[in-house]
Amino acid sequence: MALSVRKFDAIVVGAGGSGMRAALELARANLKVAVLSKVFPTRSHTVAAQGGIAAPLANSTEDNWHWHMYDTVKGSDYLGDQDAIEYMCRRAIEVVVELEHMGMPFDRLESGKIYQRPFGGHTQDYGSPKMAMRSCAAADRTGHAMLHTLYQQNVRANTQFFVEWMALDLIRDPQDGAVIGVTALEMETGEVSILQAKATVFATGGSGRIFAASTNAFINTGDGLGMAARAGIPLEDMEFFQFHPTGIQGAGILITEGVRGEGGYLLNKNGERFMERYAPNAKDLASRDVVSRAMTTEIKEGRGCGPDADHLLLKLDHLGPEVINHRLPGIREIAIRFANADPVREPIPVVPTAHYQMGGIPTKYTGQVVVPEGATSESILPSFYAVGECACVSVHGANRLGTNSLLDLVVFGKAAGEQVIKDIRSLPSPQRNLPKDAGEASRARLARLDAASSGERVADVGNDLRRTMQAHCGIFRFPEDLARGIEKVKEIAARAQRLFIQDKSKVFNTARVEALELDNLVETAMATIVSAEARKESRGAQSRADFPERDDKNWMRHTLWYKEANRLAYKPVHLKPMTVEAFQPKARTY
Amino acid sequence: MDRLQREKLKWKCRRGLLELDIVLERYLARHPDDHALNPLLDLPDNDLWDIVAGRSENYQPHLKDVVARLRAV
Ligand SMILES: Cc1cc2nc3c(=O)[nH]c(=O)nc-3n(C[C@H](O)[C@H](O)[C@H](O)COP(=O)(O)OP(=O)(O)OC[C@H]3O[C@@H](n4cnc5c(N)ncnc54)[C@H](O)[C@@H]3O)c2cc1C
Repeated sequence: MALSVRKFDAIVVGAGGSGMRAALELARANLKVAVLSKVFPTRSHTVAAQGGIAAPLANSTEDNWHWHMYDTVKGSDYLGDQDAIEYMCRRAIEVVVELEHMGMPFDRLESGKIYQRPFGGHTQDYGSPKMAMRSCAAADRTGHAMLHTLYQQNVRANTQFFVEWMALDLIRDPQDGAVIGVTALEMETGEVSILQAKATVFATGGSGRIFAASTNAFINTGDGLGMAARAGIPLEDMEFFQFHPTGIQGAGILITEGVRGEGGYLLNKNGERFMERYAPNAKDLASRDVVSRAMTTEIKEGRGCGPDADHLLLKLDHLGPEVINHRLPGIREIAIRFANADPVREPIPVVPTAHYQMGGIPTKYTGQVVVPEGATSESILPSFYAVGECACVSVHGANRLGTNSLLDLVVFGKAAGEQVIKDIRSLPSPQRNLPKDAGEASRARLARLDAASSGERVADVGNDLRRTMQAHCGIFRFPEDLARGIEKVKEIAARAQRLFIQDKSKVFNTARVEALELDNLVETAMATIVSAEARKESRGAQSRADFPERDDKNWMRHTLWYKEANRLAYKPVHLKPMTVEAFQPKARTY
Repeated sequence: MDRLQREKLKWKCRRGLLELDIVLERYLARHPDDHALNPLLDLPDNDLWDIVAGRSENYQPHLKDVVARLRAV
C-alpha cells in the first residue's frame, strides 16, 4: 500500500527557537508551511535556556559586533568559520530587537532599554580583562520567553503545526540528491506518511542524551543527525561536545556557574580545593573546559568522592543560608530533590556533564546544507537546510560561548527562512516527483520492530550506549579508551538492529517511538566517537591525553563523518571573514 | 485507565526541562494511571516546575492532592 502524501511549500522539522524562527519567516511570506514536533512546541528544549541571548547592543557598556566576533572566534578555539561568525554578530542586534518588538519580555534598564549582563568569554576591546555586558535575558526564563513569543507569532501567521509527529527519514531525489521531504510517524494514529515540500528545514536540536551524564531533556536524541546520516549526508565536527562542569551526579541537572560566582568551590575526597592547583588565578571560575578537565583528572587519579570515587563536591554551605536562598534561588530545591543534599549544610555531588553539541549537519550561513562533491568541499545540497543545534554552520567551532546558542537560533533561523523564500521563488517546477521507493526505508525499520518476537530491550541498549560514551569519549580522551569505545559502540549498534518491543499496538505507541529514537542516538554516538578518535590534537572541547596541544598545522580543519563505512573526510576552516580582517590563531588563554 | 490514555500521559511527561522529565518519570513509576496529572501537564514547563519546587501555588484548588503527590516524589 502506498503511503499517503501531503504537500507543502516548506517543512520545518523541529519547533524549538530555530525552527520557529525559520517557520515564521516562511509563513509571513505566505508560503504553506508545516512544522513538525515530537512534543508540543513550547515544550522544546529551548525552554531550558536561562542565561540569555548575546547581542552587542551596548546598552550598559561600550560594545560592538567586532568585539563580539573576536570573542566568538577565540572561544571557538579558531575552528569556527569566520565568515559565518561575522554574519551572526552583525545580525545580532537586528534579531534581538525584532524579538523585542514581537513582545519578548526582556529585563529592562530604567531608561527602558534592554538590560544586559556579563557572561563568561564575552569581553570588551578584543579580549581585554573588562567584561562586555552583552547578554539579554528575560529573568531566568529567556528560552521560555523566546519560545512562547515565537509560537504566538507563528500561530498568528498561520503556520500549520503537526504536534506529536515524529520525522523518521529524509526522502531524496535519486537524480541529483535533492531533498524532497520526510517520512513521519503520527503518534496519535501510528500511521506513517510522506510530507513532501520544495524545501525541508531541519531544526531538531541537540543529542545530549548520547551521554550518561547530560543536562539535556529526554527528547534530545539527535534525530535530525540520524536522519541525515542514514540519507548519506555527512556530519561535521561531531567530536566537539561541550561539558558543563557542574551537573548533579546521577541526574544531570545543571547547577549554574553563578554558584561558583558567589563563592562556592569544588572539593576532592581529601577535602582539598583542587582547582587551586590547576588554575591558580581563576580557580573555580576558570572556563568550562578547564574546570571540567581538572575534575576528570581528579576522578581518574582516584581522588573522586563517594563509594565509587566517581564525583566531586561543590561546597557552598560557607556562604550561609542568606546568600544561598536569595542570591541563588532555586539551587537549594534542586540540590535537595536531585542530590538529596541540602547545600545549606552539605556539599552537592557534581560531575562534568554533557551540555551542548557544537557539531552537526554542515551548512552555510544561509542555512543551506553543503556537502563535498567532486573537487569542491562545499557544494549546496538542493532544497535542504538545517538550523540551530542540529546544524554546524560553524559559529561555535570547537567550543561555544554561553548565550551564543540562542543567538545562533534566531540569526540562522531567519537567514534560512530568507534563503528558502528566494530558492522557492526561483524554482522552475512546483514539486518534484517522488521516487518509487519513497518511504520504504522507514517502513522497513518499522516492519522489523513489528516482526521481532524477541530481542534486545530499548532501555538496556540505550543505557549501554550512554555508559560507553561517558566512559570512552568523555571530557578527557585517552587513545586506548577511544579505540575500545568504537568497538563497543559498533557492538551496541549491532544490538540496536535487533530491538524488541512488547507492545505492538499502532496507536500512540511510545515504546516504538523510543526504539526509533535509539537508532538516531546510535548514529550520533558513532559519529562522535569515530571523529574524536581520529582527531589527534586538543582543541576546545576535544582534550586528548596523548596530544595535549592544539595543532593548527595539521588539524585546522573540519571533520566530516559518513555513516557508510564510518568514513571520515576533512574540509578547510573558513579563515576569511566577509568584510573584516581575519583573526589569526593565538593561544587561547583567559 | 486504558492503554491509550496511559501512553498519552506518558508522552505528555516528555518535557523541555530535564528537572520535569526526571520528576515525572519517578511519578509515573509510582502512579502510572494518575490521569489527575493531565491538567498540570498542560502548563508551561517553567510554571509547572515552580509548582513542583514549591515556589508557586498558582494552580487550581482541585489539583491540591496531585500537586502534593508530585512534590513528594
Ligand atoms: C540547561 C540548558 C541551559 C541552556 N542555557 C542557554 C543559554 O542561556 N543561552 C544560550 O544561548 N544557550 C543555552 N543553552 C543551549 C540552547 O538552549 C540550545 O542549544 C537551543 O535551545 C537549541 O535550540 P534548537 O532550536 O536547535 O532545538 P530545540 O529547542 O532542542 O528543539 C528541537 C525541536 O525538534 C523537535 N524534534 C526533534 N526530533 C524530531 C523528530 N524526529 N520529529 C519531529 N520533531 C523533532 C523537538 O520536538 C523540538 O521541537 C542551554 C542548554 C541547556 C541544556
